[in-house]
Amino acid sequence: MNSAVLINIARFFLLLAAQVLIFNNINFFGYLNPFPYVLFIILYPVNGNKPALLLASFLLGIIMDMFCNSGGVHAAASITLAYLRPTFFRFSFGVSYEYQTVKLNDKLTPERFSFLLISTVTHHFILFILETFRLNFFFNILIQTIFSTIFTIIVSIIIIYLFKPSKR
Amino acid sequence: MQQIFNFVFKNSHKLLFLLLLLISFVLTIQSHSYHKSKVISSANFLSGGVYEKINSISEYFHLESRNNELIVENARLKMLLFNQKDTTKLPDIDTIKGVKKINIIVSKVIHNAYSSPENYLTINSGVTQGVKTDMGVVNDLGIVGIVEKTSANFATVQSVLNLNSQINAKLKKSNHFGTLTWNGKNTGYVQLIDIPRLSAARKGDTIVTGGQSDIFPENIGIGTIYKVYIDNETNYYTLDIRLFNDMTNIGHVYIIKSKDREEILKLENETKKNE
Repeated sequence: MNSAVLINIARFFLLLAAQVLIFNNINFFGYLNPFPYVLFIILYPVNGNKPALLLASFLLGIIMDMFCNSGGVHAAASITLAYLRPTFFRFSFGVSYEYQTVKLNDKLTPERFSFLLISTVTHHFILFILETFRLNFFFNILIQTIFSTIFTIIVSIIIIYLFKPSKR
Repeated sequence: MQQIFNFVFKNSHKLLFLLLLLISFVLTIQSHSYHKSKVISSANFLSGGVYEKINSISEYFHLESRNNELIVENARLKMLLFNQKDTTKLPDIDTIKGVKKINIIVSKVIHNAYSSPENYLTINSGVTQGVKTDMGVVNDLGIVGIVEKTSANFATVQSVLNLNSQINAKLKKSNHFGTLTWNGKNTGYVQLIDIPRLSAARKGDTIVTGGQSDIFPENIGIGTIYKVYIDNETNYYTLDIRLFNDMTNIGHVYIIKSKDREEILKLENETKKNE
C-alpha cells in the first residue's frame, strides 16, 4: 500500500514535469499538443481512495492551468474524468470490475484500449469546449478533440510500454 | 439536522466533486472575461521561474538569428541617426515640458503560447522593473500584445493572437481606422474590421497602430493587407493582415510606458464621475 502511494506521487510529479517541459511545446501543425498527464488519473489504482483522486486531479489540473494561463480549464476536465472513472471502468471491463484485479499498465487489450480512448475523449472534449468557450467554433473543437486524442493516446501507449513493470 | 448530516456523509464524494467543479468553472469564466481579476496566471515565481530556467537553455538555439535581428535593427537606427544634420547631437527634448513622453522597458519572452484561441506570453520583468497592466508590448518588427497580469518579477502578455484582443489600428496611407482582432485560425494573420468602404484599401498596403489608443503610440507597424473583403452584416471592409512578426518565434520585446496614459485615464474617470 505504502509503495503504491509513493508510486502515484512520483507519477504525479513526473507526468506534470514531462507535460510542462516537453509536451506543451510540441505544437504539431501549429496547434496540436498531446496531454499525457491524464495518465495519472487513468493509471490511479482501481480501488484506491476516491476523494484523494478527486483532490489530486484538481491539483494537477490547476497547476496545468497556471502554466497554460487558462483559468480553470484543465482542472474542470481532470476532475470530471476522475469523477466519471468508475463509470468508464464499468463500461470497459464489465460490472464486477472491482473484484477482478484490473491492471492498466500492462499489455494492451481491447478492454484497456477502450477505457483509454473513452477517458481521453471525455477529458479532451471538456478541455477544448471550456478553452474555446464560444459555440461558433464548435467544428474546430471537434477537430481538435479528435486529433489531440489520437496524439495523446499514441504518446500514452508509448509511455505505458516504456515504464511497464518488468515480468517476474 | 441528523438527516442533513447523513445526506452530506452519504454524498460526500459527489459534493466534493461539485465543489471542485464549481471552483474550476468560476476560474474558467473569469479567465474568459476581459481583465480577469483573481485568476491564477503564469506570472508567479513558480511557473515564471520554471519558464525562465527552460528559456535560459533554449535561447542558445536561437542566438544566431537573434543576433542577426539586432544587427538589422541597429543598422536601421544608425541610418536614421546618420541622416540627422549633426550626428553627435541627439534629437531635441522639450526642456520646458521636461520629460520624454515614452519610456521603454526591455524584456524577454520566456514562454510563448500560440496553439489555443486565447494566447498569452510570459515575460521576465514585472512590477519591480516598472511593468503595469495595460502597457503595450512591441518588438523591432511590430506589435506583440498588451500586458495583462503582473507579479514581482514576471508578467503575462495578452498576445494579438487572442480572441479577446482589440487594438486600434489604421491604414498608413489614409488614416481610416478600425479594430484589430483575431479569428483564431492562422497564427500568421490577424483581421482588421470596420474599415469604411470609402478607404481605398488594396492588397499590400501597410497597417499601423492608430492614434486613438493610449496604450500604443501612433504608427507602430502591424502588417500588410493580404486580402480585402466586405463583411455581409456590417457592410464595412474586413481586412486580412499578414503580420510583420512571426508570433511563433519571439525573443526580446520592448514594453511601452506612456507618461500621458495616467493623465488621460484620470481625466476620463473624472469625466465619467461628473455624468
